[in-house]
Amino acid sequence: MEETIRFTLNGKKTELLTDPSQTLVWVLRNQLGLTGTKWGCGAGFCGACTVLLDGEPVRSCSLPVSDVAGKKVITIEGLEKKGKLHPVQKAFVEHDALQCGFCTPGMILTSVSLLQKNPSPTRQEVIEALDENLCRCTAHVRIIDAVMDASKVMKGGK
Amino acid sequence: MKKNEEKLSKPVTSTKGPGMKRRNFLKLLGGGILIFFQPWNVADLLAVPQQQRRTLTKDYNAFIHIAEDGNISCFTGKIEMGQGIITSLAMMMADELNVPFERVTMVMGDTDLCPYDAGTWGSQSTQTFGPAMRAAAAEAKAVLLDMASAKIGVPVSRLEVKDGIIADTSNPGNSVSYAQLAKGQKLEKYLEVKPASEEYTKFTYVGKPFNRVDAIEKVTGRAKYTGDLKIPGMVFARILRPPSHGAKLISADVSGAEKISDVEVVRDGDFIAVISGNKDKVDEAIVKIKAEYTFNEMPVSDKTVFDWMVKAESRVSVVRTGGDIEEGRKQSDKVFESEYHDPYVAHAAIETHTALAHMEGEKMNVWASTQSPFGLQDAIVNELKMTRETVRVRTPYVGGGFGGKGAYQQGVEAARLAKLTRKPVMLVWTRDEEFFYDTFHTANVIKVSSGIDKSGLITFWDYHVWFAGTRGAEIIYDVPNFKTTSYSENASAFRVHPFGTGAWRAPNNNSNTFARELQIDMMASAAGIDPLDFRLKNLKDEKMIACLKSVADKFGYVPARTPGNRGIGIACGHDAGTWVAEIVEVKVDKGTGKVQVVRVACSQDMGLCVNPEGALLQMEGCISMALGYTFSEEVHFEGGNILDRGFDTYQIPKMSWLPKIDCVILERKDKPPKGGGEPAIIAVGAAVANAIHDATGARLYRTPMTPERVLEAIKKV
Repeated sequence: MEETIRFTLNGKKTELLTDPSQTLVWVLRNQLGLTGTKWGCGAGFCGACTVLLDGEPVRSCSLPVSDVAGKKVITIEGLEKKGKLHPVQKAFVEHDALQCGFCTPGMILTSVSLLQKNPSPTRQEVIEALDENLCRCTAHVRIIDAVMDASKVMKGGK
Repeated sequence: MKKNEEKLSKPVTSTKGPGMKRRNFLKLLGGGILIFFQPWNVADLLAVPQQQRRTLTKDYNAFIHIAEDGNISCFTGKIEMGQGIITSLAMMMADELNVPFERVTMVMGDTDLCPYDAGTWGSQSTQTFGPAMRAAAAEAKAVLLDMASAKIGVPVSRLEVKDGIIADTSNPGNSVSYAQLAKGQKLEKYLEVKPASEEYTKFTYVGKPFNRVDAIEKVTGRAKYTGDLKIPGMVFARILRPPSHGAKLISADVSGAEKISDVEVVRDGDFIAVISGNKDKVDEAIVKIKAEYTFNEMPVSDKTVFDWMVKAESRVSVVRTGGDIEEGRKQSDKVFESEYHDPYVAHAAIETHTALAHMEGEKMNVWASTQSPFGLQDAIVNELKMTRETVRVRTPYVGGGFGGKGAYQQGVEAARLAKLTRKPVMLVWTRDEEFFYDTFHTANVIKVSSGIDKSGLITFWDYHVWFAGTRGAEIIYDVPNFKTTSYSENASAFRVHPFGTGAWRAPNNNSNTFARELQIDMMASAAGIDPLDFRLKNLKDEKMIACLKSVADKFGYVPARTPGNRGIGIACGHDAGTWVAEIVEVKVDKGTGKVQVVRVACSQDMGLCVNPEGALLQMEGCISMALGYTFSEEVHFEGGNILDRGFDTYQIPKMSWLPKIDCVILERKDKPPKGGGEPAIIAVGAAVANAIHDATGARLYRTPMTPERVLEAIKKV
């Protein structure tokens, strides 16, 4: 049975008539056209489907869409503001912190969440925050460098 | 360039090249100038599986298009899967044609628009395709200069190109742009080009660090991968899969699936699928099908496979031999016999095999994550009894391949469903399917017998390799008596692998490098010589020596005998024309057997490095990815049943495993470019094993070196 789910998606109030048991990842990708959120394993192990739910990184492949009712969801498409990249996105570009790019949205969102909570993480804290996000092309070194760099830029208020 | 001048002065305006049937690309592209070239020679094609080969000897399999707006495109069947050629190839083109980088586009992996290409693998794109494309671009420039000369009445010798504008050097106001020259043209030229090897120093882009052109799309989520496409009326599909390889379906009760709303069951003999516009519904429905199978399991598992391989009836060939093994044995002061094991390993790209297929009228349109769009096109033509003209395969961004997406079963399945249902069908393999149908890096056994004399010189090298092929199997050291014997699958007599196997990043070179470099280390240790000195003493290969010396420099290596309680290990080798040496430092927890790599230094001679930034990224990637086969990656199986089907049991490298990585790329601007996507992966396992030995005195003869295996080896010391 379809239900109406109301939530805030990338800053906009969203109302959706949908099967509430559907997973968030497929609602985003298939119903809302937000394909930046990737599907990688369907079991919460890879992190490609990571989105922010009230600021916390969650695995959208393992979350029924009914669970986001009344909450704030941020996807990779919600980070750019007025055509300007988020500092973490910018740092990923500058550091070549990606290859195939399939894990990239999940990596970036997890990093954004970390920097919101901890604006000056140590390298070790960045590693711990991203340890459950898998990257097979292994751009790891660049990803860590990018997040460290973004934290400096964001503190400077740029 | 001179050689072709005569030919160029007579423009070929026919749409038919010599000896080939050719689609009319000009018609498709709407005008401009097309320069066809031929990047492949026959030797390159030998690496292509028989069924994927096309007769190509006189074919032109790439072209450059100068459009009427002056934009330049290179059309190639190669694809971008993260390795970065969409950037490095465009850099080469921009330089050769003297146009701003922004005006160059790579059009890749579209079987209607691009000429035939067997597939993207083997680190060939930059080293083989690149120089041919550069030469073609140089020829294209020569054509444009000729046209400009006629148009503005100035001899070619007085012309200069800057930013796509050809001008008279003595009167810069007298000029004409590429766009003006291409306007209204319908010109095709077929060039016999030889790969260029001119100096690269004058280039604007090549040889300098450059960020990826696809980065912005990828960090914003705008980049389209196959699974991101959507066509009105599109349905998702799941296919009923056997529980193990070799199992045959006897009966299937699909009523449970049919009861679910919005789900349709599609059946064609043993091929059973469910489709729905709702992805979660197909996942729900597929498990409701009750199916029965007969099993015909091969009596082998991950525990017994090494024994099974050595006993298998195989094809034996002596790959290379010199001197006399027995004579060498007699001259030896010490003799070493070892056996090395390496298991099946998965590709495990984060994007699973995905395809979208849509049949419109007689035309089958397919989008797929594949390393071989033309291979997929042919497979669909064969399996669905269609013609090449009616099947078009396009390749959006590919979310990682590593050799695994040389296989394209998902594309054929999606096409089959699209033909059966006449609906656009999206097939996204589950992670379980991705493991089950992966074409694994093959397990293998290597036995080495070798000796040294009293002075520490290697006297003989008798090397036997089962099912790891010969990539990296050569003895890179200077040994008077040597023999390499390869045992490969004789499929008609004996089937070795219960499932698919195939190329995995630097196919099996890591297995051969592991065996060779451990054996070398063992001999150095027994001779009481520092392992770097031992290598240098036994090497004549200048490139290898240069790599070893520079990596030692980078690492700050201090010579010592092993084991020396330090945890430092060395290994070297070559792959795809590139020489590589690595030194690692590890910490071993002797209580738990857990090993952490603290740092890795890597030196590489890859000829001219086209994009140093991209090459470094590939080296770091190789080193980090190698930690997987080194420490954790092993496909467990029982007969045809794959036991690892997800990232819960199959662990790939994580952030916390990362060492500090320092890379050196040797300056070789005068040499042609070689492969960069694979070489640095080959030596990490061996260097780590040697470092564990240095730290603990324990020898591990197999990968992955799990904590349990490390503990077990330590107990034996």
